[in-house]
Amino acid sequence: MRDKIVYGLGIAAAAVLAWNTYAIAGLPDEVNQGAVFKIIFFHVPMWAAAGVAVSVALIASALFLITRNFAFDAAAVASTEVGVCFLTAGLATGSIWGRQIWGIWWTWDARLTSALLCWILYAGYLMLRRAVEEPTQRATFAAIFNIFAFLDVPIVFFSIKWWRTQHPQPVFWGNGSFPKDWTQHFLYNMAAMVALGVVMTVVRLRQEEVQREIDAVRRTVHAF
Amino acid sequence: MKSAERAPAPKGAAAFQILTIALKDLRSELRTKEAINASLAFALVILLMFSFAFDPEADTTREISGGLLWIVFAFAGTLILNRSFAREVPNDCLDGLIAAPVPGWVLFLGKAVANFALVMAVELVALPIFGIFYNVRWAQQFGELLGVLALATWGMTVIGTIFSALTVNIRLREVMLPMLTYPILVPALIGAMRLTAVLVMGKPIGGDDAAWLRLLVGFDAIYTAASLVLVETVLVG
Repeated sequence: MRDKIVYGLGIAAAAVLAWNTYAIAGLPDEVNQGAVFKIIFFHVPMWAAAGVAVSVALIASALFLITRNFAFDAAAVASTEVGVCFLTAGLATGSIWGRQIWGIWWTWDARLTSALLCWILYAGYLMLRRAVEEPTQRATFAAIFNIFAFLDVPIVFFSIKWWRTQHPQPVFWGNGSFPKDWTQHFLYNMAAMVALGVVMTVVRLRQEEVQREIDAVRRTVHAF
Repeated sequence: MKSAERAPAPKGAAAFQILTIALKDLRSELRTKEAINASLAFALVILLMFSFAFDPEADTTREISGGLLWIVFAFAGTLILNRSFAREVPNDCLDGLIAAPVPGWVLFLGKAVANFALVMAVELVALPIFGIFYNVRWAQQFGELLGVLALATWGMTVIGTIFSALTVNIRLREVMLPMLTYPILVPALIGAMRLTAVLVMGKPIGGDDAAWLRLLVGFDAIYTAASLVLVETVLVG
């Protein structure tokens, strides 16, 4: 039953994304930036999905440390992996936009620098998991690192903002200047992207559960 | 072991225990000098490498000196922090320490204090060497510079010590420690680089730069608190 709901949600999210992409392609180009502006319909929802994913990972990590229930560890790793995917996609789409509008792939602006740092922190989390053999220790250490990493994100953002204030800031377009029907498409994409993240997390969660079952069976076999 | 004689700890015992652990670490380090020698030699090598990276005679050296110094300190400090718990692995010393009748946070603070002293010592040796090689008159604001060094080094030590405990038994320990600590240290390092550059140029901290001082204090407070809460989990599981 759970699988049917999850795959149903996945298909629905993919359908909304596909239909929305077609609809967005039909919208007129933005006056100043042209067609590349439309990347905002994907770029911002990707960051929103990444934000949701790492927040879920933080809550799951804290709950693991409190309850020692491995389901929370699985939730933490699943949502962090999905979060890193969205972070990567967000960085990539941002770079494509930057190349078109700024003429450069990358600039050491406050947002970009903190985004890259988030990516490095969560990639470090996944690397740490690879480096610890023992499952209980792996889950504990990963949860602790996740808490440290999440604590760092706001400090990083504000410190880099201070650090870069004397430099010219690139202008980000708020959603406030969006026409009404554009906002609608934007929100559809937002919902679809988050739904896609949920589906991927749940699928990854299932893998973790199966992995743990296999490990348990293997231990039982070795015990005899 | 006369464990039967141990009475409930009197007041002030925690400070005494922290000091005991810190002195134990310092004593064992000063007898072998393995971490501190490696760290100092490494700092020297990086200082040498920098002279090829840019013109050491140029005036711009002073402006980027804060960044250079903290890269040296962060690299050299990692060598000391890496050894902090790794030193306890042979002969199962770590199990002995964990089994000792002291709380985890006392053990952590003892180790952190010892590491702080060692990293500060390396920094205070590397600083005049940097001044001589790069022709920088770094001591004009010595008191304030010492304060900034202490604040940023404490942040580095706290993060380094807790992650040293975390990485001690995992694969690729030497790589994982800087991989995990540097990204977390970024806010503190930016602040330290900024303030150090200002002070090395002979200017006092003022105006906007005071915000960086507050950032350093906040960073130290947040991560010291988080480490004290989580260290028991790291050590015992």
